[in-house]
Amino acid sequence: MLMRCGPGCHCPSPSPSNLIPKRVTSKESCQATDGKHRQSQKMIHSLFLINCSGDIFLEKHWKSVVSQSVCDYFFEAQEKAIDVENVPPVISTPHHYLISIYRDKIFFVSVIQTEVPPLFVIEFLHRVADTFQDYFGECSETAIKDNVVIVYELLEEMLDNGFPLATESNILKELIKPPTILRSVVNSITGSSNVGDTLPTGQLSNIPWRRAGVKYTNNEAYFDVIEEIDAIIDKSGSTVFAEIQGVIDSCIKLSGMPDLSLSFMNPRLLDDVSFHPCIRFKRWESERVLSFIPPDGNFRLISYRVSSQNLVAIPVYVKHMISFKENSSSGRFDVTIGPKQNMGKTVEGVVMTVHMPKAVLNMNLTATQGSYTFDPVTKVLTWDVGKITPQKLPNLKGIVNLQSGAPKPEENPSLNIQFKIQQLAISGLKVNRLDMYGEKYKPFKGVKYITKAGKFQVRT
Amino acid sequence: MTDSKYFTTTKKGEIFELKAELNSDKKEKKKEAVKKVIASMTVGKDVSALFPDVVNCMQTDNLELKKLVYLYLMNYAKSQPDMAIMAVNTFVKDCEDPNPLIRALAVRTMGCIRVDKITEYLCEPLRKCLKDEDPYVRKTAAVCVAKLHDINAQLVEDQGFLDTLKDLISDSNPMVVANAVAALSEIAESHPSSNLLDLNPQSINKLLTALNECTEWGQIFILDCLANYMPKDDREAQSICERVTPRLSHANSAVVLSAVKVLMKFMEMLSKDLDYYGTLLKKLAPPLVTLLSAEPELQYVALRNINLIVQKRPEILKHEMKVFFVKYNDPIYVKLEKLDIMIRLASQANIAQVLAELKEYATEVDVDFVRKAVRAIGRCAIKVEQSAERCVSTLLDLIQTKVNYVVQEAIVVIKDIFRKYPNKYESVIATLCENLDSLDEPEARAAMIWIVGEYAERIDNADELLESFLEGFHDESTQVQLQLLTAIVKLFLKKPTETQELVQQVLSLATQDSDNPDLRDRGYIYWRLLSTDPVAAKEVVLAEKPLISEETDLIEPTLLDELICYIGTLASVYHKPPSAFVEGSRGVVHKSLPPRTGSSESAESPEAAPSAGQAAEQPAVIPAQGDLLGDLLNLDLGPPVSGPPLAASSVQMGAVDLLGGGLDSLMGGGGGFAAPGPAVPASMGAPLGSGLGDLFDLTGGVGTLSGSYVAPKSVWLPAMKAKGLEISGTFSRQVGSISMDLVLTNKALQVMSDFAIQFNRNSFGLAPAAPLQVHAPLAPNQSVEISLPLNTVGSVMKMDPLNNLQVAVKNNIDVFYFSTLYPLHILFVEDGKMERQMFLATWKDIPNENEAQFQIKDCSLSADAVSSKLQGSNIFTIAKRNVEGQDMLYQSLKLTNGIWVLAELRIQPSNPTFTLSLKCRAPEVSQHVYQAYDTILKN
Repeated sequence: MLMRCGPGCHCPSPSPSNLIPKRVTSKESCQATDGKHRQSQKMIHSLFLINCSGDIFLEKHWKSVVSQSVCDYFFEAQEKAIDVENVPPVISTPHHYLISIYRDKIFFVSVIQTEVPPLFVIEFLHRVADTFQDYFGECSETAIKDNVVIVYELLEEMLDNGFPLATESNILKELIKPPTILRSVVNSITGSSNVGDTLPTGQLSNIPWRRAGVKYTNNEAYFDVIEEIDAIIDKSGSTVFAEIQGVIDSCIKLSGMPDLSLSFMNPRLLDDVSFHPCIRFKRWESERVLSFIPPDGNFRLISYRVSSQNLVAIPVYVKHMISFKENSSSGRFDVTIGPKQNMGKTVEGVVMTVHMPKAVLNMNLTATQGSYTFDPVTKVLTWDVGKITPQKLPNLKGIVNLQSGAPKPEENPSLNIQFKIQQLAISGLKVNRLDMYGEKYKPFKGVKYITKAGKFQVRT
Repeated sequence: MTDSKYFTTTKKGEIFELKAELNSDKKEKKKEAVKKVIASMTVGKDVSALFPDVVNCMQTDNLELKKLVYLYLMNYAKSQPDMAIMAVNTFVKDCEDPNPLIRALAVRTMGCIRVDKITEYLCEPLRKCLKDEDPYVRKTAAVCVAKLHDINAQLVEDQGFLDTLKDLISDSNPMVVANAVAALSEIAESHPSSNLLDLNPQSINKLLTALNECTEWGQIFILDCLANYMPKDDREAQSICERVTPRLSHANSAVVLSAVKVLMKFMEMLSKDLDYYGTLLKKLAPPLVTLLSAEPELQYVALRNINLIVQKRPEILKHEMKVFFVKYNDPIYVKLEKLDIMIRLASQANIAQVLAELKEYATEVDVDFVRKAVRAIGRCAIKVEQSAERCVSTLLDLIQTKVNYVVQEAIVVIKDIFRKYPNKYESVIATLCENLDSLDEPEARAAMIWIVGEYAERIDNADELLESFLEGFHDESTQVQLQLLTAIVKLFLKKPTETQELVQQVLSLATQDSDNPDLRDRGYIYWRLLSTDPVAAKEVVLAEKPLISEETDLIEPTLLDELICYIGTLASVYHKPPSAFVEGSRGVVHKSLPPRTGSSESAESPEAAPSAGQAAEQPAVIPAQGDLLGDLLNLDLGPPVSGPPLAASSVQMGAVDLLGGGLDSLMGGGGGFAAPGPAVPASMGAPLGSGLGDLFDLTGGVGTLSGSYVAPKSVWLPAMKAKGLEISGTFSRQVGSISMDLVLTNKALQVMSDFAIQFNRNSFGLAPAAPLQVHAPLAPNQSVEISLPLNTVGSVMKMDPLNNLQVAVKNNIDVFYFSTLYPLHILFVEDGKMERQMFLATWKDIPNENEAQFQIKDCSLSADAVSSKLQGSNIFTIAKRNVEGQDMLYQSLKLTNGIWVLAELRIQPSNPTFTLSLKCRAPEVSQHVYQAYDTILKN
């Protein structure tokens, strides 16, 4: 009687509660000790692709076949989560674990049987989705169904016995050629296939990310410095939290084996960086120069974070007045967006989305600029503002109609702002120069900067 | 022209048509047909009936067709084992193909066909492929060994593939190394005992070299493998750390987390004074924070791991509070985890920000999240004392919103706040009572009832309130019923005159009308207590309650240490060791953190794991589960509590029942108590008061030591457990040498000989200084006394409890294990007297939070007697002062590993309770030093 937990008990329990692993039944463990038919394998056992309406439209098993019924546990969790985004990524079932990601309206559900690093699986699943995107131009149910054989070949090439085999797009493309309209026409005439029959050269070299014998007539190297501001602004307009997530995406079309070094005017800004494997870490440590032999084509060179410790300039401000009157089934809505320190650059592509409280029936607003829509089902208000001109600040104002009789909404909606600023990296990062060694030709070089809003939220 | 055409079916029946196409003469038609078969397979259709026809297509020059057929084979070979044999020849032939791609493909596919008959044929090709000139084939073959092992382990061992695999660790190609490591780890996992991955400095070096060159996935395998290595000293640990740190900048989050695991583990061996230690701490923060900008699924796993890391080393992320602030469109599973970490990082420095955030969250839409946010506010109040007032007023604001679930959560946490800061915030009770009617959840109702009962004297209509709950007594949950019972008893003890009827009513409801044994038992206990001796009842029921601990949901330190070794795995997501949930984890080896090496460091901070440290800093609030008296008093207000060592145990609870006086003879004038019926055992007639006294005396008498501070020998290993060998013993310290005094008794029927003894690693490195000398064989029914000299140069590992010693004794019959607790004073060294100046400086130098205070009760010695008695055990009095009639003794002692403990002992004349304040850089020893004081002074 004294053992029971009572009110205020803080027994540790993993949350969410449906993640509590269930113990193995005795039947299963007997099976497991029987050496011959034991099926313990590392990593990913099977993969199911499931669309939003709950249809399993592709399954791939790397070992024995696992029945689709294992997905019932996933559907159960999905039902509980209500919103697709809230499905927990790790679910335990009596005999398996389901680790899933949600990408482009598709659930990638992998079946795991033993202890594995979940991040390993999640990273791999994202890589699968990236590869589909790369091959088919979009990662959608239709694209996958239309290319089901290639998908299957890809999955087989990417994973062997649960160990990732080839995940670099450069190598995969040598093994399995991406579909193009031209090729499928040619194939059907000549009977040739889209499977490469030689071993990709890069697969085992010290630079597995680059294939040999690359040739271009125009040699080009482009770098896009893209920065996203994640911020939470409180009611009064002061910054609760702000940081910059930056990436340098590269498009390199250079012949042969170019060896590049990219240097910055102010490399000190980069103290928290994740590198593409091609970058020589030692050079960075000692000289703060990015030195690398690039993969061919598009890839992410680095991603970096300018932390909340540094001051982050917030390029826009929002004035807002959202109120609901007690017992009157209506409320007022008045939002103005204006530019702040933007270093002479224009803020454009401004879009504001607001999840209004459930009790909101409709909104009757006037926008001085751009257009707005309100979806009464999802309660999402979207205001497409466009470009901000400091002389005439865009404003959206009007009446909110509430469900009659419903209590006044408790929560205050957050304003989600998107924007873009061209030719500006808000952190101040600047590329100094790009040098190329190892090849004789003169490449065309270009750097572009852009700042965007990431998760930019204004509380009201 | 897309593949969706493969899904279309005709009326004739799909299988029939496919069969015809597969047997077509036209190559192109064949290929199309196989594609159709594969397409059906992808959606889970059973096309196994086509097995012979598909296998017929296998012999082809077309690589795509070959691949497709192989794909099919892998899926269905198991269901058609006899047919699968047909494929073997082609496989064997393909393994000889000049194209390495085809060789690799063949060996890879063969390994995936889980048919016993095929595996026999696989061995020869596999052996060749393992030695293939092309690394691509070798690396594929390495994985194939793991596959084969999974199907037929014996075969793999017999064929010597394991040795070949081990050789591949030294391969010139990093990808081959990585795959060999992966394969070996997988095989080792199913054979925990086998020493497959024999890690030594040489092989570690090879792995570290390969780490830099292989693919991201290979890096993960290698890092996970490195994490299992135990460096021989702190220098090796540091050099490995140095070579692993660059991985923290990898774009693949799984690589990052595996690197974090290696670093967290090896850091344990580094001295905190080292510059490198600080550098490493700084380097760990950014990659962890970066993980939070990844996709939500990755964030979730990262957050679960960060939760462990902040408990183990809060200093890493203490400045990064803001990155854990919740964004409104985070998925709920991310929100809840972030909130948890925010509380763990909350401190006086950032509490204002945290509170502002929490208040914001409490107005969000998601009910689960709001609840947790409200609860978090309460936890802040309990954790950061300075913020308590603001937290309470925030909670009151939230109660004013009248949102039902917010109010209920708030009441639950306010109850906890009352328990942490008694007599401070009771003014809010009135507000709470206003919301009584809206409470519909058991936890909130129970909390409210507790508050009413606890503060019954300040609530005018407490009886009415409680009575209103009593009406639906039987419909309440057990939690509420138990609470109501206790609350009414409290009320009765506080206001006996008006509430007799009420208490009688509840007791009869609990004892007579309830099927719940817990409730009935508790009802009887109260009934008897009240009827036997109301004064005693008052003492027991209304006793001062121990304060609740500030962090009640910390993971227990040993489990935490184990989980740190599992960073990045499922175990870290569930916060449970793999043995608790992983299927088929027979004999999973428990991993543990490496001990800190180097003598001086271990003395400075023996495993001063911050979490453990915190717990020891304030011994008054150590979460201890066993404190059942606390439970008895507070029935079911269960946050683990402890406090002044009121060690009543459940056994004594039973004793109360036995001692209980007859009810009818009691409560004389108070009257009106009906006898509870036949369920009550007959009165034992013992006066309860003295009975209770006895109970408490009992606890005092346990574990007493004799005058020379050597405890009487106790039985450590009963004969029953050791095939007739009984071992009893004790520890002593004489003139600088420690010995373990043992009595070995042979209670078996045969002669015993060949005795040997060994100690497990322990907190202070105790080890036998000489072998166990038993000169003659031990005849049945004979015993022998041995004094085993000990030293403290053995290997060190922090034990729980600190003074736990695990011993193995061997004789000609078997090996036996037992564990025992040694008194800490055997470790007090002779040169433990500190210079006065030094003492003063050190006392000031040690931070106040390391100070621990204890009460030594029932000790009537004078200050001088105390001083001399303690000196005998190497506790030295450095100064004595008399302040306002109290004697203050300042004392020092030193442990064998060089840890100094400073003490201040306050003795008031005519008060048998001494106050002992201990300061030490390793506060976890304080509790044990206090116990040593207590035993020495009482003997």
